[in-house]
Amino acid sequence: MAQILINNVHKVFKTPGKDVVALQDINLEIKAGQFVCLLGPSGCGKSTLLNAVAGFALPSSGVITVDGKPITAPGPERGMVFQEYALFPWMTVAQNIAFGLEIQKKDPAEIDLTVNQLLELLHLTDFRDRFPKDLSGGMRQRVAIARVLALDSPIMLMDEPFGALDALTRRNLQDELLRIWNKLGKTIIFVTHSIEESIYLADRIVVMTYRPGTVKRDQPVTMPRPRDPSSAEFNELKRELGRLVMEEQQRHANDEMKLAAVD
Amino acid sequence: MQKLKDFAHGALVPVLLLLLWEAGSRLGLFSEVLLPSPTAVAIKWWAYLLPGQPQEAGQSYLAWLFSGELPHDAYSSLFRVITGFLIGAGLALPFGLLMGASPRIYDLFNPLMQILRPIPPIAYIPLAILWFGLGNPPSFFLIAIGAFFPVLMNTIAGVRQVDGIFLRAARNLGASQWTMFTRVILPAATPYILAGVRIGIGTAFIVVIVSEMIAVNDGLGFRILEAREFMWSDKIIAGMITIGLLGLAIDTGVSRLNNHLLRWHRGLEH
Repeated sequence: MAQILINNVHKVFKTPGKDVVALQDINLEIKAGQFVCLLGPSGCGKSTLLNAVAGFALPSSGVITVDGKPITAPGPERGMVFQEYALFPWMTVAQNIAFGLEIQKKDPAEIDLTVNQLLELLHLTDFRDRFPKDLSGGMRQRVAIARVLALDSPIMLMDEPFGALDALTRRNLQDELLRIWNKLGKTIIFVTHSIEESIYLADRIVVMTYRPGTVKRDQPVTMPRPRDPSSAEFNELKRELGRLVMEEQQRHANDEMKLAAVD
Repeated sequence: MQKLKDFAHGALVPVLLLLLWEAGSRLGLFSEVLLPSPTAVAIKWWAYLLPGQPQEAGQSYLAWLFSGELPHDAYSSLFRVITGFLIGAGLALPFGLLMGASPRIYDLFNPLMQILRPIPPIAYIPLAILWFGLGNPPSFFLIAIGAFFPVLMNTIAGVRQVDGIFLRAARNLGASQWTMFTRVILPAATPYILAGVRIGIGTAFIVVIVSEMIAVNDGLGFRILEAREFMWSDKIIAGMITIGLLGLAIDTGVSRLNNHLLRWHRGLEH
């Protein structure tokens, strides 16, 4: 049975002048433990869909359920990793990771234990008392991942988490994420606009269309991991998905040109 | 060595000015009554600092050492500044947090605040005397008003500028309203609030001197006004320098506190 059910989801943003249909007729079933990438150009509604699952912005119509229960608000059972890290700058690394557990009023000794384990898991032990301002982007994202892992939520939502990182750090964190996912067996919904990233990571890639956001292709990826981005199979899929994404990107670009012309 | 060099560099202009002043006085360029020489001021300052009475039986040495007029005045002024500031800032902080967090409360109170804010604390003096009579209470009132608005305005601005991403992250972690307020909004607003505190203390310091000129009979503000009546310009200047030193000490203290509380903040070296 599916863990996350996205049923007939529509999302309309009302703006003066015209309404923008961000999501239309989205139907997805996501099994527990699956690594799903939402792929598409800017404006395709992939982040909107993720925010709907997170509970930040509920759909205009349709329902999203987790284990049969409809989502009505954000909650720690669906931990979110943001592209901008969103670490609390006034808390040290350890305090950031512990915050979610303190909210749940866990026993301090237990919190300490969990924090130490996560610091170890993400190779952050030497940084436990640093403030976020003293960390590199890659390190900050490790802390953000640890903060969500601390919640021990079955579902992890990631909104272009590695988008702001350089290519090497990015690959490094992708491998770390796969290692953690393997170890902890979370369900991951991962938003990205990088075709290569989605093929490298996902069990399943959902390609979305530019306005209105619909599912253009629901592509399973069965290549064994670790995947080799230079292999023929990898590149064949990359070409195919690239073609799909670029069609949508073209529509996005045309739209922008039209808007510019009106101005 | 570098520190010594920096100090010498910073001391250059004040020392030069003192030398010019001293030389001018010795050459008889300034009237001794209107502008006494720096040495005369220093001698007066020292006399003002020393205990006025011989040590009494049973009085502790430390108490006697600080029994002079200057320590007493400085203490009185400082006490008024701190009490008044604590009242003003203590009211402004929760009120500012509420106004910043709730648009409804903000819309309700903002017009009143905008009308009251431009009234200088000094303009409250007549009312303060009518309401509170003489002694410390009118000073507390005036200083509290002086400290209230900077802290209030900055607290409101601080709460309003809190980045939405922090609120989203905290909601995602399951934070309650109260946790959100105390652990996210308040710390995120701290840089603004502390800037307000610094301005508020500065205002409190201005107001204390003025308020001491009207309703009390000790404190640095009272003393320099009193000295004028006797044409003791050396004492006036000695009192002014003490005010300057006290202000510097307070600002240094607040700045230290600032650096400690904001050690997480970007762009702060410590």
